[in-house]
Amino acid sequence: MREITIGQYIPGNSVIHRLDPRTKILITFAFMVLLFVIDDFTGYAFPAVFIIVASLLSGISLKYMIRGLRPLVVIILLTFVLNLFMIKGRVIYEVGPLDITYEGLHQGVFMVLRLVMLIVGTSLLTLTTSPITLTDGIESLLKPFSRVGVPAHELAMMMTIALRFIPTLMEETDKIMKAQMARGADFSSGNIVKRAKSLVPLLVPLFISAFRRADDLAMAMESRCYRGGENRTRMKQLRMTYADLVAFIATGLLAAGSLASRFIW
Amino acid sequence: MPIVVKNLTHIYMPGTPFQSVALQDVNWTIEDGEFWGLIGHTGSGKSTLIQHLNGLLKPTSGEVIIDGVNINERGVNLREIRQKVGLVFQYPEHQLFEETVEKDVAFGPKNMDLPEEEIGRRVREALELVGLNYSEIKDRSPFELSGGQMRRVAIAGVLAMKPKVLILDEPTVGLDPRGRDEILREIVRLRERQNITVILVSHSMEDIAKLVDKIAVMHRGRMVDSGTPREIFRNYEGLSSIGLDIPQITHLMLRLKHQGKDVSTEVLTVEEAEAEILRAARRKGRA
Repeated sequence: MREITIGQYIPGNSVIHRLDPRTKILITFAFMVLLFVIDDFTGYAFPAVFIIVASLLSGISLKYMIRGLRPLVVIILLTFVLNLFMIKGRVIYEVGPLDITYEGLHQGVFMVLRLVMLIVGTSLLTLTTSPITLTDGIESLLKPFSRVGVPAHELAMMMTIALRFIPTLMEETDKIMKAQMARGADFSSGNIVKRAKSLVPLLVPLFISAFRRADDLAMAMESRCYRGGENRTRMKQLRMTYADLVAFIATGLLAAGSLASRFIW
Repeated sequence: MPIVVKNLTHIYMPGTPFQSVALQDVNWTIEDGEFWGLIGHTGSGKSTLIQHLNGLLKPTSGEVIIDGVNINERGVNLREIRQKVGLVFQYPEHQLFEETVEKDVAFGPKNMDLPEEEIGRRVREALELVGLNYSEIKDRSPFELSGGQMRRVAIAGVLAMKPKVLILDEPTVGLDPRGRDEILREIVRLRERQNITVILVSHSMEDIAKLVDKIAVMHRGRMVDSGTPREIFRNYEGLSSIGLDIPQITHLMLRLKHQGKDVSTEVLTVEEAEAEILRAARRKGRA
């Protein structure tokens, strides 16, 4: 469980870490759109360079980010294989009834690149932004929509709480699992029915503790007079700086470059 | 059934930015029937260490040999080891899950594939060992009991497996003084009756001083000291430099000594202190 790096935050104080969360969210969003707009290999050189530069600036090794792809290897491989065989065109190799075409290979590699960059690019956002600042950023970006009925503060609060409790619940799961294993429980062998049954000693205590925590938290919030977002001020104000401007300009150049490359080459 | 720990090192999440060394080169031998106290500041590696003693964690390097079996070996029967070495976690009541107390205590023995009558007998015995009335409590839901009762039911759940070594991680934390005394009394009684090895992890130096034969001190993942309570608590400066304390009553004796009273400071319990102070007073009276 601890192997999953997507969505994990690595504390740091790099330029990327210090960027305003809104900047990072908007840029990530633009980056994702761009990945879907670009449709040739030369165009992809730009986002690739962008990711490498950003990860160098963030001080988080590219190796660590690529390890985050591990849980998704199956999806990536499947994408590649499906594209390889399903696309009709010039045949370059035959495997039984299946044909590998030049177009299929091209498309397969292309889709894999797109997926990998999509995952690495977005994980760069969560790796360098603490969950709390991230939700602050989302709340601030959603605020204009609260006039049309989007409960920006409530959504952000729910997200903060959910994110805050992921590590706690993981720890709790680990603890209860070990406690039951110390009593001879076995979570990893037997058929599906047996395994599902073996989860009862884990899930019952886990649910009980989750409800107890929720109750405690609600009580603690209420006793500090929490009543939603009205008139709340913040200890940490979000503020755009010079660095954010640079980041936006860099993204603009990235978009212009990768789209223009289509016409130049 | 001795447990031997040799050059044990454990690293959490190696190769990630979160890598941390929890244990470093720990050596420890636990002989049959000993009563150990394990002390150390929060985060000193106590919990990591005890989880190695029944194979819940595997060493990053080094060896843990339980009853002659190295837990690193392939094909080790971990279930058997966990049955021999019972581990009671902190707040064990959080692991209760069954509808009735009886069923919950039976979970461990059931996993050992024992016959029904044997399970029934063990459940009754374990509940009575922790001072609960079997026929009164067996059909109640564990969730409607008091905190102290819940904890005892959870401890009974481990005892029902008849471990030869019992490890308790802070068994009294969060209990009221009466509940605390009762649990500790039952641990002592249990040891006398079943002659098992006990390892007690605790923050209370009083409890440790009163109960155990030997103390192991953990600091930043290393075992920095081990010996009898008297040997350990003699080193007041050393202990306080790593954030640990000596029993209150030993503090008192140190203060008396500082004031020039002729008393021994190697005193660990109130009873010993009483005797020592009376002796000093008598000596003075005679002089």
